[in-house]
Amino acid sequence: MTNDYLSLYRQMLLIRRFEEKCNALFLQGRIPSTLHLYVGQEAVAVGFCSLLRRDDFITSTHRPHGHAIAKGVSPRAIMAELFAKETGCCRGKGGSMHVGNIEVGMPPAIAIVGAGAPIAVGIALAAKMRESGQVCACFFGDGGANEGAVHEAMNMAAIWSLPVIFVVENNLYAASTPVEKAFAVPNIADRASAYGMPGVIVDGMDVLAVRECANQAIARARSKEGPTLVECKTYRLVGHSRSDARNYRTKEEESEWLAKDPITRLGRILVDEKMTTQAGLDEIENDVNVEIEDAVAYAEASPEPLPEETLEDVFWSKN
Amino acid sequence: MALMSIAEALRQAIREEMRRDPTVFCLGEDIGIQGGWGGAFTVTLGLSDEFGHERILDTPISEIGIAGAAIGAAINGMRPIADVQYGDFLFCMMDQLANQAAKMTYMSAGTVKVPMVMRAPVGATARGSQHAQSLEAFFTHIPGLKVVAPSTAYDAKGLLKSAVRDDNPVIVFEHKLLYGSKGPRTERGALSPMGEVPDEDYTVPIGKGILRREGRDVTLIGKLLTMYRALGAADKLAQEGIECEVIDPRTLYPLDKDLILESVKKTGRLVIVEEDNQFNGWAAEIAAFVADEAFDYLDAPIKRVSAPQTPAPFAPVMEKFYVPSEERVIAAVKATF
Repeated sequence: MTNDYLSLYRQMLLIRRFEEKCNALFLQGRIPSTLHLYVGQEAVAVGFCSLLRRDDFITSTHRPHGHAIAKGVSPRAIMAELFAKETGCCRGKGGSMHVGNIEVGMPPAIAIVGAGAPIAVGIALAAKMRESGQVCACFFGDGGANEGAVHEAMNMAAIWSLPVIFVVENNLYAASTPVEKAFAVPNIADRASAYGMPGVIVDGMDVLAVRECANQAIARARSKEGPTLVECKTYRLVGHSRSDARNYRTKEEESEWLAKDPITRLGRILVDEKMTTQAGLDEIENDVNVEIEDAVAYAEASPEPLPEETLEDVFWSKN
Repeated sequence: MALMSIAEALRQAIREEMRRDPTVFCLGEDIGIQGGWGGAFTVTLGLSDEFGHERILDTPISEIGIAGAAIGAAINGMRPIADVQYGDFLFCMMDQLANQAAKMTYMSAGTVKVPMVMRAPVGATARGSQHAQSLEAFFTHIPGLKVVAPSTAYDAKGLLKSAVRDDNPVIVFEHKLLYGSKGPRTERGALSPMGEVPDEDYTVPIGKGILRREGRDVTLIGKLLTMYRALGAADKLAQEGIECEVIDPRTLYPLDKDLILESVKKTGRLVIVEEDNQFNGWAAEIAAFVADEAFDYLDAPIKRVSAPQTPAPFAPVMEKFYVPSEERVIAAVKATF
């Protein structure tokens, strides 16, 4: 148990520090592209992915770094991708919004909002047909929840009883649009009953609560009882993307959510319950920082792809 | 060897591939319902009797879901054959095809494969503007998709098998007037070509066109229905002493450029016949590459015979005006002399 909790803490902290590093590198002009940071939502990815097998799948979004790290894509390979290097997880053909590694069950992140849901359904359909025992966790946001693709996907998953978990990370804003302007129901999970699947609401800032909820939804999927819609109430503690001054929300609201930071929250529990000490947490912090510095050094030292590699991989070329 | 319609040949291809490979399955609307039609044009009729409803999977009317499910299943080890009732509905699933299926292999630097088939009927058949379009050119414009368009029963079976076995997304366009669908699904005014189809396993390679008729004077290129319009026109022109060569590309992407160039270098004249709208279209691309690569061999401007830049109309008299006729092909050929 203690080891489990420490590992959840380490994973969340790794994602947090990784992204803070990305942001700093971006501001220094050392990495190109845009960035959609996951800061504040770490408990969701870690809560779910910590219970998935390597051969289970996830589908991710335009905000995928946290999902990728949690599912086991190496920070080196993600960092190198952000640096647009040959050693990146997509060899420079993906970028921030398409990180992934099929070897650990993560196809390239899908940056069209909501579009991953029907693909998750197909992955789960194949798992069912092949009797592989795999499940698929499909991550999307409150914005994605209003895409037609998600509605079609949830209905199909329910009628075919597929091993998929729809994980909606409700961070209260679709880019700048607040959920009050986009939903006539108070909870996104309320929609589950319309598809004939359980809908569950969980505190997305509490990794232990997310994990408990994930455990049930995954068990249900694994035992062929069908899909679950899990709504994680969470908050992005930073802007939507690199150019977001966050003028659409109040500082008071931000402070309120900052107080619920999932990492400090779990850290407090770990110390209070005497599973570790502050010195133990500091050691994890150091360890994480070493891993991130290693990832940055690896990425910086890696070669760029050749321009002509543009022409490769349009079609599958292996046997 | 048996005489078959295209619908029967496609059905046989699906049956043989599903027997050969347990990862092959079909999904789509109304494809396996007992007492239903076997899809809009009878292609999957009776297959659920042999393979059951898990492998001939009826879906709700959810085109995004159908395409997405096919992509996901393909990523996770299956070889889905997805079906839309009318090609026009491909627009409903365009994001899944253009942004997802076509780009997965590329974005993953060649580590994710998407071996899926998307079958779609095209062609104007008195159903008005939204069940009529010839959409092929849209898909040939998207890197990462292969596009085939069989016009004979032999090619229908052989190309569908190649599509199923290909490790990439393949869109198979079929023409409503060529299926030879029977019973209540019979199409009025259909050509329904019957053809000899071998009983044994064979494939037609993706990327290889075929010469349907030899001739020294003019090269005609047509696909699906317009291939038959070109052949009909060639017969009539032969009576006037003009010998046309007729090419059926069979695969629209990757295109068999060599076959076309070889013919144009021989005849010096080129007329391309398509049911697609003309502007920025399929024929335009062929005209452009021939002009680029064989300009010195041309004795006349390249001519295109296409649908006008309008939606497909409903009234049969207007539809007849819209779809390229043999007469329009003959006029275009004569204009090159």
